[in-house]
Amino acid sequence: MYLKNALRAATALTFVATAAAHAQSITIATVNNGDMIRMQGYTDKFTEATGIDVEWVTLEENVLRQRVTTDITTKGGQFDIMTIGMYETPIWGANGWLVPLDGMSDEYDVDDILPAMAGGLSHDGTLYAAPFYGESSMIMYRTDLMEKAGMEMPEAPTWQFIREAAAAMTDRDNDINGICLRGKAGWGEGGAFITVTGNSFGARWFDEDWKPQFDQPEWKEALTFFVDMMSESGPAGYATNGFNENLSLFQQGKCGMWIDATVAASFVTNPDDSTVADKVGFALAPNSEGVDKRANWLWAWALAIPAGTQQEDAAKQFIEWATSKDYIELVAENEGWANVPPGARTSLYENPNYKEVPFANMTLESILMADPQNCCAQPTPYTGIQFVAIPEFAGIATQVSQEFSAVYAGQQTVEEALEKAQAFTAEEMEAAGY
Amino acid sequence: MARAVTTRRKSLNTALAWAVGLLIFFPILWTILTSFKTEAQAIASPPLFLNFDWTLENYAIVQERSDYMRFLWNSVIIAGGSTILGVIIAVPAAWAMAFVPSKRTKDILLWMLSTKMLPAVGVLYPIYLLFIRLGLLDTRGGLVVVLMLINLPIIVWMLYTYFREIPGEILEAARMDGATLKEEILYVLTPMAIPGIASTVLLNFILAWNEAFWTLNLTAVDAAPLTAFIASYSSPEGLFFAKLSAASTMAIAPILILGWFSQKQLVRGLTFGAVK
Repeated sequence: MYLKNALRAATALTFVATAAAHAQSITIATVNNGDMIRMQGYTDKFTEATGIDVEWVTLEENVLRQRVTTDITTKGGQFDIMTIGMYETPIWGANGWLVPLDGMSDEYDVDDILPAMAGGLSHDGTLYAAPFYGESSMIMYRTDLMEKAGMEMPEAPTWQFIREAAAAMTDRDNDINGICLRGKAGWGEGGAFITVTGNSFGARWFDEDWKPQFDQPEWKEALTFFVDMMSESGPAGYATNGFNENLSLFQQGKCGMWIDATVAASFVTNPDDSTVADKVGFALAPNSEGVDKRANWLWAWALAIPAGTQQEDAAKQFIEWATSKDYIELVAENEGWANVPPGARTSLYENPNYKEVPFANMTLESILMADPQNCCAQPTPYTGIQFVAIPEFAGIATQVSQEFSAVYAGQQTVEEALEKAQAFTAEEMEAAGY
Repeated sequence: MARAVTTRRKSLNTALAWAVGLLIFFPILWTILTSFKTEAQAIASPPLFLNFDWTLENYAIVQERSDYMRFLWNSVIIAGGSTILGVIIAVPAAWAMAFVPSKRTKDILLWMLSTKMLPAVGVLYPIYLLFIRLGLLDTRGGLVVVLMLINLPIIVWMLYTYFREIPGEILEAARMDGATLKEEILYVLTPMAIPGIASTVLLNFILAWNEAFWTLNLTAVDAAPLTAFIASYSSPEGLFFAKLSAASTMAIAPILILGWFSQKQLVRGLTFGAVK
């Protein structure tokens, strides 16, 4: 009798253990931003549908970058899905560190991914990461202050107009700065902004022989223009302002214009957080007269599968779910169209409901205008708009942006910074074998 | 007259001490206050000190989004484990250095301290690879060992300093009474050095609790402590200062309470022998 019961118990335990062993679980490393957090909230629906449990590791962007880079280069196997950007994807794809995202189902409709996004997340025509949301950059401006200044924002303004408008909108007595822009050191912060500003003045990072171009007149013109305009109409201490600092200033009504990520549009028009929510207009990022490249970038946070994961199929299932048209519908149904992840799918911008969102068309136009294969007015050997898709870029651009921030802080001249940037970049590129 | 001067000086010193104390405590106070604001109030200019609508919404959101107790438990295990293990190793080491010094004792002490001078990121890859080989990634055991090794030089140095204040003759007398080495350390030395050991334990517990490089880089889900919990609320694109403050307050609360109740012991231990 006892033996029988013991056998039954052992059999039951074996079943439980087998079931537990078969219950799939995937671990996803991600960044902390509104869209990603929202996705975490809907994960239960994915688990209900597939039986796959999802564990989230949410980290600050720079920590995440270091964490996933360490893990993928050492084949640590800590994550089944990584949230990475347009900078890492083509480099890691080329190194064979990512699983190609081919063989997605017909319902997924991979051709619906915006071509600019698919191009930036591919290597040799193979997609290595699926965009969860994408962004470009554009002008967000105060319609009331523009009207008060007696000016009208064109849909596609020039830098010269922006400088004039910024001066007219500046009201130091009332703590209103005509324009707020990033000056903070870091390749993804002020470094990204000054790079696209350079592009819009006809500058480029490297010529076709990978020779740095900071000694060329276009860079001097761009940097001098930026510094002069910010001295006239920018906030005090802009050398340490990044996305969040400028967002805070704009939401409190202290900026006439702000040129930054299109994703900011939903923040500045949200009446819960912004004091100027109903007074915001949008326009394309500016260019310098005579240059046909504008100061807008292209970026996507995308989901990729590290090579060597034991959960490749489950990870693919999750990516299909999270970046699908159905997921967008799910968010729209529960939280409204203004809160769906933008910038990833063509069909979203064809949706009549989404077209009613005030910043939707300008976001799409900005994204479509950005071409990572052709960033600059002059030919380049690299892809990427606000970055150069080579592994050495992050280190070099961080150092260069520190030199530029020192100019914004009044610690050195434009000429000194460009000279240092040229020498440092040339040295690093030579050491890297270019 | 002399008494008046003394009283005035005392009052001045007290006021100065309070001012310095408040200055040091202000960032923590501001974090706590911000945690009760809405996101819009958190970035208001001029900043709102007490005149805002207090809300517990941020705590509710943080609680809903994260499994706080899991992070807390990991922090307790990792900080506690590394401290206990460190003290177990450091007590005999400090005993040897304090009571049986050799010609090289000072050099060894300095060498131990020099390991703190290497930036942690410099050994990230070797340790990461080692952890992969040993299957220690994302385990509390692995972190206990790493944090113990990181703090061991400080533990040895602190205990060495305290042990040096204890007269060697007492240990000698115990030896003459037939105490073994183990008994000498356990029943004679340790009780006399309790204030020093207690402050060492507390300080190292705090250091291990706050350690944010290794705990972020060597954990993912299972062993992630409160430092990872805070990091998950930091955002470069989006203003979530109030939620970040609520998460920070929840993370520092246990250690703040521990420090508050043990401050007498901590100060006593840290100033032990300072006025000799």
